[in-house]
Amino acid sequence: MVLTIYAPFFASSKRAVVTLVEKGVEFETVNVDLLKGEQNQPEYIAIQPFGKIPALVDGDYKIFESRAIMRYIAEKYRSQGPDLLGKTIEERGQVEQWLDVEATSYHPPLLALTLNIVFAPLMGFPADEKVIKESEEKLGEVLDVYEAQLSKNEYLAGDFVSLADLAHLPFTEYLVGAIGKAYMIKDRKHVSAWWDKISNRAAWKEVSEKYALPV
Amino acid sequence: MVVKLYGQVTAACPQRVLLCFLEKEIEFEIVHIDLDTFEQKKPEHLLRQPFGQVPAIEDGDFKLFESRAIARYYATKYSDQGTNLLGKSLEHRAIVDQWADVETHYFNVLAHPIVINLVIKPRLGEECDVVLVKDLKVKLEEVLDIYENRLASNRFLAGDEFTMADLTHMPAMRYLMGIIDINRMVKARVNMNRWWEEITARPAWKKLMVMAGS
Repeated sequence: MVLTIYAPFFASSKRAVVTLVEKGVEFETVNVDLLKGEQNQPEYIAIQPFGKIPALVDGDYKIFESRAIMRYIAEKYRSQGPDLLGKTIEERGQVEQWLDVEATSYHPPLLALTLNIVFAPLMGFPADEKVIKESEEKLGEVLDVYEAQLSKNEYLAGDFVSLADLAHLPFTEYLVGAIGKAYMIKDRKHVSAWWDKISNRAAWKEVSEKYALPV
Repeated sequence: MVVKLYGQVTAACPQRVLLCFLEKEIEFEIVHIDLDTFEQKKPEHLLRQPFGQVPAIEDGDFKLFESRAIARYYATKYSDQGTNLLGKSLEHRAIVDQWADVETHYFNVLAHPIVINLVIKPRLGEECDVVLVKDLKVKLEEVLDIYENRLASNRFLAGDEFTMADLTHMPAMRYLMGIIDINRMVKARVNMNRWWEEITARPAWKKLMVMAGS
């Protein structure tokens, strides 16, 4: 039985999808259109009670939260594809640290920019200019720390690509694309080099093209 | 040589790590970083935690920050001693991770601004954002309903045993339970109340509360 991932066209799901592709795992997808509110349908709520995406179903086993799914896939398929968790528990600790930085410091302001700039016009709610300004400032401060970190290490957790780097791909694609703030990445030498490296990985290119949201 | 935890013993994020140390029976030393004087933003601490936050740990040459990452690291390193916080199988571990991540993305996003507005701002003589707090409380009720449903068929968030998923909620929950109407919200939900009573009866939690001067 093949593993199924829900809502592959949306950014949070792509964290899980790119991990599956990096690890060479076969999977199927089920579309859930957030723009039509399909995540609130009872059949989906039965899988993800908060009505958010993604979710992964593997036979009787269900799991949600994109980074929990990433960890599960990286661990289950440890022996194939790149080792996205590091080779020692100390390296894994660094991976978890930067995965948490993405979740708690990078993602919130970037999500605010995504909602206000990309989705507000699509869904007919007003963009909050004050939130946009504050979010850009906060994200800039976080990227300054990334610039320092990436001047010492090729990737966030060290000299190996990990879940921490991959977790940044989907929403950063919005930042350099539909949000129109590519300068935030390009103006920072080491962040820019890191972005070029991770966004040009074969797995991401495949996911990005195959599941491009038609916006 | 024992692990050094940099932070304030009364602050929620350092408490997450301290609770892990206590559950795992790991010896530690606390190096106080004074949040009231913004010591966490000073150059010396920024070398340990470049975002100017607490906690951070130093364990010999090994350094780490982000409380949840630190807790996961020690729960893994000391998997053979103390409470098993990470589940019994890969599948179980992933469900532990799932509910631990729920804490970050659904619970803390509400708990943190509620505590800032209702507990911290009054202490600093700042004005609370009343409209925001009202909206956050409505959202919190919806989230608590989902937790209530989960705990109706599971003793703990990830199943039959206490894990990282429960532990990670405790420091911020304690602040929320000090707010009267939120306390009522939790107590009105039979399973949430049962869960909170059970996890706060744990010896490690009681030790932490003594350390934090409660």
